[in-house]
Amino acid sequence: MSPEPLVSLRGIRKSFGPVEILHAVDFDVLPGEVHVLAGENGAGKSTLVNILSGVYADFTGELVLGGRSRRFSVPAQAVDAGVATIHQELSLIPSMTVADNLFLGREVVGRWGRVAFAFQEAEARRILDDAGLDVSPRRLVAELPVSVQQMLEIVRALAWDARILVLDEPTSALAEREVDALFARLGSLRDRGRGIVYITHRMEEIYRLADRITVLRDGVRVATAPAQELSPDELVTLMVGREVTRLRRKDSAAEGARQAGAAGRAPALEVRALTVAHPLPELARAGRVVVNDVSFTLAAGEVVGLAGLQGSGASDVLHAVFGALGKRAWGEMRLFGAPYAPSNPGEALRAGVALLTADRKGLGLAPWLSVTHSVSLSSLDRFSRTLGWLRRRQERDAVAELTRGFHLSAPSLDAPVRALSGGNQQKAYLARCLMVEPRVLLLDEPTRGIDVGAKADVYALVRDWTARGISIVLITSEMEELFLLSDRILVLHRGRISAELEGAVATKDAVLAAAMGVDSGEERDGFFAARDRDGGLR
Amino acid sequence: MNGPTDSRLRGWLATPVARALLALALMLVIGCVFNADGAFFRWSVHRDMLRQVSVFGILACGMTVVILTAGIDLSVSSVLALSAVGFAWLTLPMGWPAVWAIPAVLVIGTALGSVSGMLVARMRIQPFIVTLAMMVFARGLAKVVSGGQKITNYVTGADGVAHLVPMPRIFGLIDSRVVGGNVSIVTLVFLACVLATWIILARLRLGRHIYAVGGNEEAARLSGVPVARTLIVAYALSGLMAAVAGICQAAQEMQGDPETGMGYELDAIAMVVIGGTSLMGGKGSVTTTLIGVLTIGYLQKILSLNAAPEATRLMLTGAIIICAVLFQRGRDR
Repeated sequence: MSPEPLVSLRGIRKSFGPVEILHAVDFDVLPGEVHVLAGENGAGKSTLVNILSGVYADFTGELVLGGRSRRFSVPAQAVDAGVATIHQELSLIPSMTVADNLFLGREVVGRWGRVAFAFQEAEARRILDDAGLDVSPRRLVAELPVSVQQMLEIVRALAWDARILVLDEPTSALAEREVDALFARLGSLRDRGRGIVYITHRMEEIYRLADRITVLRDGVRVATAPAQELSPDELVTLMVGREVTRLRRKDSAAEGARQAGAAGRAPALEVRALTVAHPLPELARAGRVVVNDVSFTLAAGEVVGLAGLQGSGASDVLHAVFGALGKRAWGEMRLFGAPYAPSNPGEALRAGVALLTADRKGLGLAPWLSVTHSVSLSSLDRFSRTLGWLRRRQERDAVAELTRGFHLSAPSLDAPVRALSGGNQQKAYLARCLMVEPRVLLLDEPTRGIDVGAKADVYALVRDWTARGISIVLITSEMEELFLLSDRILVLHRGRISAELEGAVATKDAVLAAAMGVDSGEERDGFFAARDRDGGLR
Repeated sequence: MNGPTDSRLRGWLATPVARALLALALMLVIGCVFNADGAFFRWSVHRDMLRQVSVFGILACGMTVVILTAGIDLSVSSVLALSAVGFAWLTLPMGWPAVWAIPAVLVIGTALGSVSGMLVARMRIQPFIVTLAMMVFARGLAKVVSGGQKITNYVTGADGVAHLVPMPRIFGLIDSRVVGGNVSIVTLVFLACVLATWIILARLRLGRHIYAVGGNEEAARLSGVPVARTLIVAYALSGLMAAVAGICQAAQEMQGDPETGMGYELDAIAMVVIGGTSLMGGKGSVTTTLIGVLTIGYLQKILSLNAAPEATRLMLTGAIIICAVLFQRGRDR
């Protein structure tokens, strides 16, 4: 009755050392379906995907593909068998061109091994056009925005006619519009009978895409069901195995902030005419800016959401306020009424401003530093005696106490932070920002790549912090989160504030329209009509 | 049965210190097997090994600090030679007392290290290039100071006539032995350097900054770590250690030779990596460096006890370095 699966995994067990991560998991992919793999961080999703894509060969159980039992010893064999995988981390070579990357490992070679560059370039142009990606094949990958790189990665996987496409959180670096383009593309692949395995932590994506959902919890498959038979609440319950308290936007903090403002108290942060030059020197010399004349105020205990699509300059605003951009940023800032002009992050931290960057791996954590040392890194002055001799017991106790409040789970606080799951790494990173006891907290994608349970933890923490008077500037690419946490939303479009939304006028449509710079009613209607058609947002 | 103990033991065996110790133990077993008619069981052999390895070990301490910042210091051998020459020049022809000459040499070594550090941290030049240049420069400076000659106690006076001056006591003192002739002073200096480096890395805020900068420089900067200052101090420490090693070298050779210590930087790097410290930075410790120093020291000693020709020795040392690093890396990729 049901069609023959493209691939099926039966009774998969996988151990790392003495610890078994997957316990007899069954999983299959049918032609023409999007099969979402859901579960908290550490549930075993990535391990399962790595078995499917040939990263791990030492598992027990059976992998049946194309009617016969297979066992890949290197990822290239999986690719040859028609399984293309797009991992969370980009695997492009930045110093090579777009065309070279598309043909990496599959170079078209002429006589004596000469690479047919002209042919590759023409072919690459065709592939890019097909994908609707407006990039020259001659551009260096390093020069492209991360979102374009991500799309390129997907285009590369698709170009080789994979029958099974595995995507592990492909949208974490994409803006909404790019997500739409990606989903449209995945839809057409599904229609052509391909099987798609999709891992995401975003509820909205799950219900836009999924035909079937398999839920893993602690290495056990707890459910496989058609998407329409599983409500979001049921899904979350299956994933976490416990009830998640749904949070609601809280207005009392905004109210308190407003009252404080009325009482004539200085706002926590005042930014006047902040401008940031383009990171590339030649463009900066030509007068290009990424943040243009941005002004806003932040009251004590208030959460201001900064919304914007890729390239809106929102992250640059946070980095500038944190003093991380040096001479690239200028403008006037005041912190609780006092002039504030940090020339480096150290000064910002000492003034009580902390930044959580969106790039945990690249800008956040040093992988071999222990959990304790990672959390205390920004607060070492507090634990130092003369000559910088550390009070290690005091440090340990403080870190242990703080991380308990974060529900951080680690094999030990002395373990290197790289041994933690993504969600716990994020908690350790957040804990570092909190340990400096900031008065103003700048959060750039605080829940990127973390599971539902951890997200709920972070939301509860944010509420707790604002109640204690900490002011927050928040960037998030998830609309739900933006509305859940923000008291007020500033929308950036190409480096300028295009809207300030509060109360009833703050709707998702309004945010998106402002973020895209849509002014005329006509264009707007057309845009949203198009969105409604592909619809499915719950 | 005793499962928890068993897994704890296995956990400990996976640590870099345990792996380095196993390599060292293996080396000792080899020494016991090829004991050269019992020579390996005499303390004097071990004492001499420790004495011979001390100068390298001191360099390796500084090298550990720099490698932890994801850098490299190729200039240590030249700074060592400059310090040896400087020390001999100040004490012999200039006739300075040791209490002045030693601090002066240490300051020079530290200053040269700081210059390297500043070029790395402020000018953003790659450490390999900076310290390669410093290696050449310091060697040249050593030759300028010494006039291209070895500085001995055969000193040309103001009258233009060369005559012998008595060797200052400090030379003999550094090269002497204590505890009934069982431990060399240079070995004690080496152990003091290990201890100082350990305190810096494991007990001081500076150490945390070093690990953080080496592990992820940009993350360290955004965590408020003074990255440039940390890098400069790391290279300055390496320069300081090289100067200490230079003084020991001069004392052991009873002269200041501008050609001394050629290629020592490579031995120091080998000792650091055998211990399991990563050239990528941010991972490792001086404890494992100490074990690495002893491992190479014993290897050399065993080979020389068994009268292995130098060619064999070099080839074996190369092979052992690769084996030790592979063993150290083990299964965690």
